[in-house]
Amino acid sequence: MPAVSKGDGMRGLAVFISDIRNCKSKEAEIKRINKELANIRSKFKGDKALDGYSKKKYVCKLLFIFLLGHDIDFGHMEAVNLLSSNKYTEKQIGYLFISVLVNSNSELIRLINNAIKNDLSSRNPTFMCLALHCIANVGSREMAEAFAGEIPRILVAGDTMDSVKQSAALCLLRLYRTSPDLVLMGEWTSRVVHLLNDQHMGVVTAAISLITCLSQKNPEEFKTCVSLAVSRLSRIVSSASTDLQDYTYYFVPAPWLSCKLLRLLQCYPPPEDGAVKGRLVECLETILNKAQEPPKSKKVQHSNAKNAILFEAIALIIHYDSEPNLLVRACNQLGQFLQHRETNLRYLALESMCTLASSEFSHEAVKTHIETVINALKTERDVSVRQRAADLLYAMCDRSNAKQIVAEMLSYLETADYSIREEMVLKVAILAEKYAVDYSWYVDTILNLIRIAGDYVSEEVWYRVIQIVINRDDVQGYAAKTVFEALQAPACHENMVKVGGYILGEFGNLIAGDPRSSPLVQFNLLHSKFHLCSVPTRALLLSAYIKFINLFPETKPTIQEVLRCDSQIRNSDVELQQRAVEYLKLSSIASTDVLATVLEEMPPFPERESSILAKLKKKKGPGAVSGNELEEGKREGGELNGAGERPGDSSAIGASNASTPSPSADLLGLRSAAPVSAAPPSAGSLLVDVFSEAGPAAPAAGANDDGFLRDLEPPTESSDSLLAEGPGDSDSAPPSVVSEDPAPPLPESDELLNKFVCKNNGVLFENQLLQIGVKSEYRQNLGRMYLFYGNKTSVQFVNFTTTVSCPGELQSQLNVQLKPVDPLVEGGAQVQQVINIECLTVFSDAPLLNIKFRYGGALQNLTLKLPVAINKFFQPTEMSSHDFFQRWKQLSQPQQEAQKIFKANHAMDTEVLKAKLLGLGTALLEKVDPNPDNFVCAGVIQTKAQQVGCLLRLEPNAQAQMYRLTLRSSKDTVAKRLCELLAEQF
Amino acid sequence: MIKAILIFNNHGKPRLSKFYEHYSEDTEQQIIRETFHLVSKRDENVCNFLEGGMLIDGSDNKLIYRHYATLYFVFCVDSSESELGILDLIQVFVETLDKCFENVCELDLIFHVDKVHNILAEMVMGGMVLETNMNEIITQVDAQNKMEKSETFIFQSPRQDR
Repeated sequence: MPAVSKGDGMRGLAVFISDIRNCKSKEAEIKRINKELANIRSKFKGDKALDGYSKKKYVCKLLFIFLLGHDIDFGHMEAVNLLSSNKYTEKQIGYLFISVLVNSNSELIRLINNAIKNDLSSRNPTFMCLALHCIANVGSREMAEAFAGEIPRILVAGDTMDSVKQSAALCLLRLYRTSPDLVLMGEWTSRVVHLLNDQHMGVVTAAISLITCLSQKNPEEFKTCVSLAVSRLSRIVSSASTDLQDYTYYFVPAPWLSCKLLRLLQCYPPPEDGAVKGRLVECLETILNKAQEPPKSKKVQHSNAKNAILFEAIALIIHYDSEPNLLVRACNQLGQFLQHRETNLRYLALESMCTLASSEFSHEAVKTHIETVINALKTERDVSVRQRAADLLYAMCDRSNAKQIVAEMLSYLETADYSIREEMVLKVAILAEKYAVDYSWYVDTILNLIRIAGDYVSEEVWYRVIQIVINRDDVQGYAAKTVFEALQAPACHENMVKVGGYILGEFGNLIAGDPRSSPLVQFNLLHSKFHLCSVPTRALLLSAYIKFINLFPETKPTIQEVLRCDSQIRNSDVELQQRAVEYLKLSSIASTDVLATVLEEMPPFPERESSILAKLKKKKGPGAVSGNELEEGKREGGELNGAGERPGDSSAIGASNASTPSPSADLLGLRSAAPVSAAPPSAGSLLVDVFSEAGPAAPAAGANDDGFLRDLEPPTESSDSLLAEGPGDSDSAPPSVVSEDPAPPLPESDELLNKFVCKNNGVLFENQLLQIGVKSEYRQNLGRMYLFYGNKTSVQFVNFTTTVSCPGELQSQLNVQLKPVDPLVEGGAQVQQVINIECLTVFSDAPLLNIKFRYGGALQNLTLKLPVAINKFFQPTEMSSHDFFQRWKQLSQPQQEAQKIFKANHAMDTEVLKAKLLGLGTALLEKVDPNPDNFVCAGVIQTKAQQVGCLLRLEPNAQAQMYRLTLRSSKDTVAKRLCELLAEQF
Repeated sequence: MIKAILIFNNHGKPRLSKFYEHYSEDTEQQIIRETFHLVSKRDENVCNFLEGGMLIDGSDNKLIYRHYATLYFVFCVDSSESELGILDLIQVFVETLDKCFENVCELDLIFHVDKVHNILAEMVMGGMVLETNMNEIITQVDAQNKMEKSETFIFQSPRQDR
C-alpha cells in the first residue's frame, strides 16, 4: 500500500499551487501570493474558529509560499496553538511550521517549550518524537536549559521505545553542540556508551553520532567505546551478526553504521589492548580483502556502499599510521581506484592519497603513481577531479620529483580552469622555491609562471622572486639575463615588467658587458613598456631609471631627458611627478659618491616564513594545507617554520614597540601579520640604516625625499624556507617530552619573556603545532591576560589543558587565576583563555605556564614563562626636574641603587628608546635631565601590600655604542630586578 | 554533519529546502540559487561531489548531489560524513519517496511538501542521520498516515475547501 494516497490531498492547497504554477510572470505570481496571504491572514484573524483541517491547509500554503522565497511574518502563533492540540495531524503540522520557520531566538520559544514539555511527558511515543525533533531542529539555548537534564534520562531509560531513543540521542547531540556547558553527561556516560551494544541497529546508528561527538570533546571519559565499537564492527564485517534485520543495503551489511564505527575509531589512537587491536586489524584486512572479491551486484548502489566502508577503513589506517603493511595495501587499493571508470572513485582515491602522501611509510608508495596522477590532471573531464589531482601532486612532491611536477603543473596552468588558477600559481611558486636545487631553475619557473598566468600571480609571488634574487648573488647575473630576454616579448605581463624593472635596476650591470644588452638597450627596452603600465609600475620604473644613472653614468643624459619631459615632471599623478622631480634633481646635484651611496644595491632581506605559504593557507582555509605542510616539515627537518619568530631576531625586538600588532587582529593570523610588525616600519627607517653606515654625507641627500625608493624597498612580509632549512633549525620542532609531569621550562623561555618586558601584546611562542599569542592589560596591582592558543595543524588537539604554577616564594607574591579552556582545539582553530593576575607584593620570578595536549595521540608537554614582570604594575608619575633630583638624592643608599653599563644590542634610535621606556610603564620625563640625550623616568609600582617608587636614568653614549642604566628605588630588590630586565631591552 | 538538504528542479525551482543551521531567509534563498548554479552546469557523468559554495561557512563543506529525472537532490555536508555514504543516503531517501508516493515525480513533491518533510524527518534529525533502513522509515510514515486518516476523515468536506 502506498503510504500517501494521492486522492486525499487538500484540494484548496492543490488549487493554490496550480494557480501559482500557471502564473505567466513573476508579477502575477507575487500578486497571487499576496492575495493568498491576505486570505489566510483574515482567516486566522476571523471570528470563526478554524477546524484542524483548515489550519493545516493554511499552514501548508504558508510553507509553500515560504519555499518560493517569500517572507512569512505571521501564523507563528497559530502554529504554536496547534502544538497543544490532541490531534496528531494538527500537532504535526504545528511542529513542521515551527521547525521550518521559527529560529532559535524567537520570543515564542517559551510557549513552544511548554508544549514540548507536555509532549515529552505524554508517554505517547509519536508525540515524544515530534517534540524531540522540534528541539533538535530549533536547538536554542533556552531549549537546552529546559530539556538538557531530561533528555539523557529518556535516552537510557529501559522502557523507552526504540524510535524515541533514536530521536533522544540525536536531540541530545544537537543540544550538546549548541550548549555543551548545559549537557552534563557524568553519570550517564557509561550507559550511553553501552548503547553501542543495543539490539536495535537504528538506536546504534543514532547513538554513534552522539558518542562520536562526545568522544571528540572528552576522549578519556569515553574511551571504553573503542572496544565496544571494534566488537560491533567485527560482528558486522564478518557477517556474524544475526541482528542485521533490514540493515543490509544492496547486499552490503549495515554500510552506514560500519562507516560511522570506523569514524568513531578515528577519534582515538590505535587500541592499546592487544586483543582488541588484533580484532580490529582483522576487520580492516577483511574489508580490504572484500574489495578484491567480485561484486555481488552490478548496481552502483552495491559498489557505493562497499566502497564507502573501504574508504573509511583506509582513512582509519592512515590515521593510525602505524601498520606499514596495511598502509601499503591501502595505497595499492587507492592506486587501483585511480584508474577506475567511476569518476567518484577516482575523485575519492585522489583525495585519500593526499593524506596518505604525508605518512612516511607510504610516501614512496604514493609516489609510484605519479604518472597516473599527472595523466588525471591532463585528461580528466571533471574539474573537481583535476583539482584533487593537483592537490595530490603538490602533496607527493619532494626533491626527487619536484622538477617534473612543477613542469606538469605549469603546463596545466595554460589550460586550467579560472577558478583554480590562483591557487595553482601559489602552489607552483611554493614548490619551486622549496625544492630548488639550482636557482636558475627557480627563476625560470617563476618567470614562466608570470608569462603563463600573469593575472593570477599575486604580489607575494613576485616579491618573493626578487627577495631570493637579492639574497643570492650566484643567481643575480642569470636573473638579469633572463628577465632581459623575457622583456623582449612584444606583449609581456605587467608583473613581468615589475620584476624586470627591479632586477635590471639592481643587477643590470651584470649583463651590460654584452653589446646586445648594453645599458642603453636595457633602458630603452624598459622604457618601451612604460606607457602601457599602471601608475605603481611606472613609479617602480622611475626608481629603476635613477638606479641606472648610478649603475651606468653614460645613460644619465638620456634618462634625465626622459625625466625632464612634461609627461613626467608635470604628470597629473602626484607620486609620479614627485619622483620625476626629485630623481632629476638628485641626479643633477649629487656627487657620484653620494649617488653611489644613496642608490646602493639593496641589502639582503631578513629571512622569514614565505608569505606565499601564508597566502595559500588563507586561501585553502587553515586545515586544508597546513596538515600537509606540517608533515612535510617533519620529514624535511623543520625547514618551514624555521625563521618565523625566532627570539634572537633582532629586528623583531627593535620594531615591536613601534608597531605592536593591533590587539583586535586575529592572533593566529599573525603568521603573516607578525613579520609585518617585525620588519622595518617604514621606508624611512630603512634608509636611515643605510645612511648611518654610509657616513656623514648621506643624510643631507636623504632628507629631501621621504617617498624615495619606496617601491625598491624590500617587500617586507616574507621569509625564506629555503634559506632557513637545515639541521640548525630543528629547534623549532615540537618538544619531544612525553612525560605527564609538567615539562621543565623551555630553554628559550627567558628570551621569550624578554620580548614582553616593554610590550603587552604579541606572539609568546610558536612551534610547528601551536602558536600562543598574548594580550594583556594592567591597572593598579591587577592584570588580565588573554592567551590565544592557535592550532596550526589540521588535526584537533585533544585533552588540551593548561596550568600555571608559581614556584617558591612567588606563591605568596602573586595570585594567578586561570579561567578554564576548552579541552578540544579543532584543527586551524584558536581558543582563548583568560588569566587574572593580582600582584600581592614585589616579586622577581615569572610564573610558569604548562601546556599539555594530545596531537594525533602523542602527548605534547611544554612549559613557558608567563610574561608577567614587576614593571607591569607601574603607575607613571609625572614630576618636575627639581622634584626628580630631590628624590634621586634621597634614594642614595648603596642598596637602593642598581646600575649597569652595557653595550647596545640594537640601533640607538631615540624614538625607539622612548617607545620602549613608555612601554615599561613609567612616565618619561621631558626636560628633566640637563643632558638632552639622557632619558629619565619615574613611576610607582603598585602591589597589594605596598607601593614602591622607582626612578630611572638611561644615558646613551652613541660614540661608544654603550648605555649606562641607573635605577633607584625605595626597595632594593626592585631596583636590581628592573635593572636586569631592562638591560636586555636596549 | 549535514548542513542542508536541498531539492530543486532542472530550472532551479526549489522543491524542498531544509537547513540544519540557522540562516536568514535571504541567505537561504541565495544558497539555493548558488547551489543550483554550481550543480546544474556540471555534466552528467562527472563525479557527484564538489567543493561547497561560499555561502555556507566552513571550508571543509562539500556538496554531494544526485540528479534524478527533473530533480536535483543536494546534500551539503561537512568533512565528518562519508561521501559515498551520503550518496547511498540520497538513494534511500529517493527510494523511500518512491515507495510512499508510488512512482514519485516532481508533482508529488510540489503538492505534498509536508509529507516530504515528514519522511525526511524520519531519516535525518538536526543534521544527523536517524535511520537508514527503508522499511523502518516506511513503517513510521505508515503509522503516521493511519493516524492522520482516522482524524482528517471526520473533518474533510470538499465543498468548503477553498
